[in-house]
Amino acid sequence: MQITHIKQEINFTDALMARINELLSHYPADKKKSALLPVLHEVQDAHDNWLSIALQDKVAEILEIKPVEVYEVVTFYTMYNQKPIGKYMFEFCRTSCCAIRGAEDLMEYTCEKLGIKEGETTPDGMFTVVGVECLGACGYAPMLQIGDYYREHLTKEKMDELIEECKAGKIDLHNQDHYTE
Amino acid sequence: MGRKILLEHANVPGIKTYEVYRKMGGYASVEKALKGMTPDEVVEEVKTSGLRGRGGAGFPTGLKWSFLDKKSGNPSHLVCNADESEPGTFKDRYLMEYIPHLLIEGMITSSYALDAHLSYIYIRGEYMWVYRILENAIKEAYAAGWLGKNILGTGYDLDLHVHCGAGAYICGEETALIESLEGKRGNPRIKPPFPAVKGLWQEPTVVNNVESIAAVPWIINNSGEEYAKIGIGRSTGTKLISASGHIKNPGVYEIELGLSVDEFMNSDEYLGGMMDDRPLKALVPGGSSVPILPAHLIYKNAEGADRLMSYESLSEGGFESGSMLGSGGFIVYNDTSCIVRNTWNFSRFYHHESCGQCSPCREGTGWLEGVLHRIETGKGREEDIDLLWDIQSKIEGNTICPLGDAAAWPVAAAIRHFREEFEYHIRFPERIKNRDHFVAEPFEKVRHLVAKQTV
Repeated sequence: MQITHIKQEINFTDALMARINELLSHYPADKKKSALLPVLHEVQDAHDNWLSIALQDKVAEILEIKPVEVYEVVTFYTMYNQKPIGKYMFEFCRTSCCAIRGAEDLMEYTCEKLGIKEGETTPDGMFTVVGVECLGACGYAPMLQIGDYYREHLTKEKMDELIEECKAGKIDLHNQDHYTE
Repeated sequence: MGRKILLEHANVPGIKTYEVYRKMGGYASVEKALKGMTPDEVVEEVKTSGLRGRGGAGFPTGLKWSFLDKKSGNPSHLVCNADESEPGTFKDRYLMEYIPHLLIEGMITSSYALDAHLSYIYIRGEYMWVYRILENAIKEAYAAGWLGKNILGTGYDLDLHVHCGAGAYICGEETALIESLEGKRGNPRIKPPFPAVKGLWQEPTVVNNVESIAAVPWIINNSGEEYAKIGIGRSTGTKLISASGHIKNPGVYEIELGLSVDEFMNSDEYLGGMMDDRPLKALVPGGSSVPILPAHLIYKNAEGADRLMSYESLSEGGFESGSMLGSGGFIVYNDTSCIVRNTWNFSRFYHHESCGQCSPCREGTGWLEGVLHRIETGKGREEDIDLLWDIQSKIEGNTICPLGDAAAWPVAAAIRHFREEFEYHIRFPERIKNRDHFVAEPFEKVRHLVAKQTV
């Protein structure tokens, strides 16, 4: 297991706790552990999109389960980040349907433009680029995920625009207005 | 124009909202079932319809429902499988995104049939915006009295929630999905016991695909008998097909089962033919796990009969010359597509997504990926093709869940139909060095070169 010792501010705001309690209400009172995946999503979103060990311990405490039960889930599912990532993470789908429509070239182009390799983060902490497996947008390839949304039918020009929009602070990772067909 | 059952109202402005959905006749099946039918009558109606599971396996839905252990003394559950992670498949997302209330209506009617009072929609975590759409639609349904206590004054109670996964293909397998819904790693369980006996929290559970559940309202409103009249043979009703690759009009289509592959591929109503009018090389008709078909077996089967979009027709010839309808993930490849690279790409996917529980899958998928990568990059050895065949045969049928089969079948089919392309990669590495990733030389040329240089 990859353990990260980088310090992370633990901030369970009233809004976050209200959301966690709402999620817990979806399961029987003696089945709190069932809420683990959705709760981790919320906690990660509220903490710069990554989950330190301390944060995972806090989730265990809230759900009244052992810390190891959280660790084993965080290390299994790819959507939980165990180390800090860029403010904007470009997750390029690289599986067959996207690949045959140019996803690999597009990811290479993006990496080159940002001066990083796949899996790396720019030195200013702004961008991370990763290749991921099928995102279920095969008919709209090539595409990527950024925050809660998909960007589809991508071209190099559209990537240039997206990077500029990120730099200008115009992208809200959790705002539906930024979801484009 | 083919008949539409699921997507009939997909283009109605505002259909995403409860108000418009209701105006279009939505939730009628709930009213009909709860006020005028017993749960067993609803099950019988679905059995009569011949509806088969739309997630890929094609098991009869009504029969699956009838296996539910209602006498266990434990509460039963309905779980909708919206994990949709099979490469090539993106149909459920379309349904949930554009007509969320259709799924919710189906969940209520189906839960009533199963005497379930707590049901879930398990959606893949990447579809976060769809998750929010569903959450909102569920809130609307509660507010309108279709969910909660004493629905329509019938005494029937149902709570429905949407639950998000976190990026694991294996959670599309029903027992792994249940484990994940319990807050654990998505490790498949050994069956039996089947979920119908011991499922979510060891209680009787039915897991159904989104598209299967979305078909239930129409069946209840119009009768199973009417549904069974649509389609062909044991492939009744309509099917959502998600089409991608080298075609003019990729997207999600609802077809009546029994439509010819030729018409689906080439008519303007559907895919509109090949992109840039290039020749067709291969087709994966039902998602990445099903065998790839070469061009000469796509429109006609090995006996020369027309190939139809149906469970039976697409599998005619078995794995020797047929494939499967699967999830309806229809991936089309033109003559420039490199089959070796594509097969490696699929193997990388399955290696990455293997949960690691079974050795044949955990180790075997890695071996497949490694050997394929070696061949693809021009470093292959003559014996590698036989090695691949040997590895895939040792994975197939030897794992707890079907992910092993899903990893093995594409490799076997690619070798079976495109063996010369693998040989070409091994014998002519200099010819593949400076090409684009996915571009291959014409297959006829490849065959000619390989035939000339036999070992």
